[in-house]
Amino acid sequence: MSEDMNKPLTDLISLTIDGQEIEAEEGQTIVQAAQKNGIYIPTLCALHADKENGLKYDLAPGTCRICTVKANGRTTAACTTPVSQGLVVENDTPELNDLRKTIVELLFVEGNHFCPFCEKSGSCDLQALAYRYQMLTPRFHYAFTPRKVNADMPKLLWDGNRCILCRRCVLAIRTEEGEPLFVFANRGDKSTIIVDTELIQDISEELAQQAMDICPVGAIIRKEKGFDTPFGQRKYDHSPIGSISSISSDMTCSSGENKTGGEKS
Amino acid sequence: MSDHIAAIDAIAAKYDNDPTRLLDMLLAVQEQERYVSDAATRLLAQKLGLSWGDIQQTVSFYHLLSQEPRGKYTVYLNNGPVSIMQGYEGVATAFSEAVGCSFGSVTADGRIGLFTTADMGMGDQEVAALINNVVFTNLTPEKARILVKAMQKGVPAQDMVTDNTEYGKYGDGNNSLPSIHSMVCNNLIKPGPVCFGPYQAGAALRKCVAQSPEQVLAEVKASKLRGRGGAGFPTGMKWELCAKAEGPERCVVANADEGEPGTFKDRVLLTERAQLLFEGMAVCAYAIKATTGALYLRGEYAYLKDYLEQVLEQMRSDNLLGKDIAGKPGFDFLISGCSWVLAPMSAARNQLLESAEGRRGEPRNRPPFPAQSGFHTMPTVIDNVETLAATVQIIDKGATWFRSLGTEESTGTKVLSISGDCDRPGVYEVEFGITLGELLTLAGARDPQAAQVGGPSGRCLNAAARDTAISFEDCPSAGAILIIGAQHDLLTIIDNFMAFFTEESCGSCVPCRTGTWMLRNTLRRIMHGQGTREDLTSMRQLSAVMQKTTKCGLGHTAANPILNTLDNFPHLYDALIPEQTDIRSFDLEAAVQASNLTVGRASVAKEEQV
Repeated sequence: MSEDMNKPLTDLISLTIDGQEIEAEEGQTIVQAAQKNGIYIPTLCALHADKENGLKYDLAPGTCRICTVKANGRTTAACTTPVSQGLVVENDTPELNDLRKTIVELLFVEGNHFCPFCEKSGSCDLQALAYRYQMLTPRFHYAFTPRKVNADMPKLLWDGNRCILCRRCVLAIRTEEGEPLFVFANRGDKSTIIVDTELIQDISEELAQQAMDICPVGAIIRKEKGFDTPFGQRKYDHSPIGSISSISSDMTCSSGENKTGGEKS
Repeated sequence: MSDHIAAIDAIAAKYDNDPTRLLDMLLAVQEQERYVSDAATRLLAQKLGLSWGDIQQTVSFYHLLSQEPRGKYTVYLNNGPVSIMQGYEGVATAFSEAVGCSFGSVTADGRIGLFTTADMGMGDQEVAALINNVVFTNLTPEKARILVKAMQKGVPAQDMVTDNTEYGKYGDGNNSLPSIHSMVCNNLIKPGPVCFGPYQAGAALRKCVAQSPEQVLAEVKASKLRGRGGAGFPTGMKWELCAKAEGPERCVVANADEGEPGTFKDRVLLTERAQLLFEGMAVCAYAIKATTGALYLRGEYAYLKDYLEQVLEQMRSDNLLGKDIAGKPGFDFLISGCSWVLAPMSAARNQLLESAEGRRGEPRNRPPFPAQSGFHTMPTVIDNVETLAATVQIIDKGATWFRSLGTEESTGTKVLSISGDCDRPGVYEVEFGITLGELLTLAGARDPQAAQVGGPSGRCLNAAARDTAISFEDCPSAGAILIIGAQHDLLTIIDNFMAFFTEESCGSCVPCRTGTWMLRNTLRRIMHGQGTREDLTSMRQLSAVMQKTTKCGLGHTAANPILNTLDNFPHLYDALIPEQTDIRSFDLEAAVQASNLTVGRASVAKEEQV
């Protein structure tokens, strides 16, 4: 069970997601409440803390907007919107799924994503969502923007071609004193991630692995440790993203473990 | 090196080593060293207990901060829409030729750097430039050459503006005061009864303290005043929410960061009516029981800082600020001084707060709302300069008087910044309900094809819209009205707006960051004759997605220039897209060029010439 379950229950709130009545704790976000109740809301930036990813607390940078839902009729990001008594949430609807598909398309044309030779292929959330929303070819023109690759650090490689600027690494990958190793820099179409070249020198094996694991795409890759898990046995190869077994944290297996029983979308 | 360390230490000490004053420190570092070096970043981080990354993310966000040397003289020439209409090209060429380097670079000797900036709040006196924080307006190629000569001679930028020199002379009104000494002109064409009407300093505050805070709040509510920054939220309701919020202290922030291209009315308010603004902050403080006030000024208005601080000082000695204000025991309210907001689009309240606390000017997730937890987690009222100024007159002359101005739902007056193709660009204070047609006549519009009301995020209206009223009921405006004459290519102006949004998006959320450049690129393709009917559909779809999914007001409205022109000026697009082109067009030549560039091969045509 995740750590949150050990906390004493505070005031319970009831709300509905797509007509299904659920209970949530005061202060939880819609995404957290949905997650607890086994309802899938897609996220690329928000991430539930669990044993596998080693996070101490849930992340909710609110950057990707793919979790956009309608709360009492208004579109809002589910990962940053708190639950409230009687809230009516629409989630899995054609309108919202089309918004989500558009966001996936935008990310595909913004960066330079070449799945067939990406180390993360099969465990990549962006790729998995593209399948989920049945993206064939993006309806937008590719940007083909030259992006930087930073291979000048120990243990890790950062590939700007694949980075979707979600900020998971910025928020979570820090020194014990809380200093960030990854930094969101610039703004607008020049936005990028830069690395603290001094701090990154002492990064531990565990932190480096965590950085790669929490990256929703293949932007952060371990050096000298490639393709451990064969294609076909990766995270989403047998249980597509959003299927029941890939939502519940306790049941999520590490990439590499062969898993069956997920519902196919 | 030890000198360098001492200098950084001194700057940090000047702001009490307070990390939330990071922007002030970074500006001071840049002033001294002409850029923010990596060494300075590391030193500051150590001093403030921040990490290198914390500072890096802030420095890299702000346009006016640079991580590379930008020359002993740094020229920021405005390439916004009005500037382009008034002769930017010629001035830019003159600068570049006289200096001997192109825009975006610094001369080999490190003396002069040429850069562009999006907007400076000088839309009524373009072409304008900022040289080492000194504003130069009404530039011509000739004046540009004179300025370059002065820089080459080593004349300090502030000495280039004096009572009367060849470089420029002081502007009208308070602009010629020793504490301002600027060549900026007010161009206050039409003063109205509220912001620029008769005003007796302290009268409103004395009336305030004779009443209870609740009565003051009730009067503001009764006036039906709505926020002048664009969103139009009822001011009384906002104050009440904040007054009811729990917290040991409350705060009033005046937003003087008018950042939308084409807005400059706050500049004139700050220059000529600063005390009205500060008194308005005090009125608010009395009503909501706030103790702290802050003014956030856009970086381009740095030249007003000394003057504004003098006004504050004077008000403190007149007992209109400070302790026991207007003789009322316990009414304590202090405005700490002026601080900076450096991102043009921080106008939205949440971004302003992040910037005000020394971080990237990004929107905060809401809730909590500023009224619950704002500036340094205090319940905070953030109001536009003009809104706060109006409350003084409401208290002094009464809500009934105020309601007699304007319309039913839009009471009072609106201060407008009118610029572009007209005989009398400048500031107009008019009653709400005035029509666009009347405004065009007032300003002496010349052959207008379009009026952009409310800045790039507002509405682009065509000639058929002369009866449109400036009001919350019909067409609200934060203040900017840009008149675009028939001689200009409207889509070029729209492209300029989209470039602005692409650059000014904070980059945080996907639909805004990617949507803005996608719209800009699609528009450019259409302008180059490579657009398809499909592009028009995809622009509309994308705009809808941006409106629904982006995090803040910038993203919600960034598609407006495209949507408005698709609706109101469809013929411009039709003329560029042939009827029957459903196939994505493909520019062979451009593709070959791109391919050549990638593989580092000269184009065939060039090889043949050699």
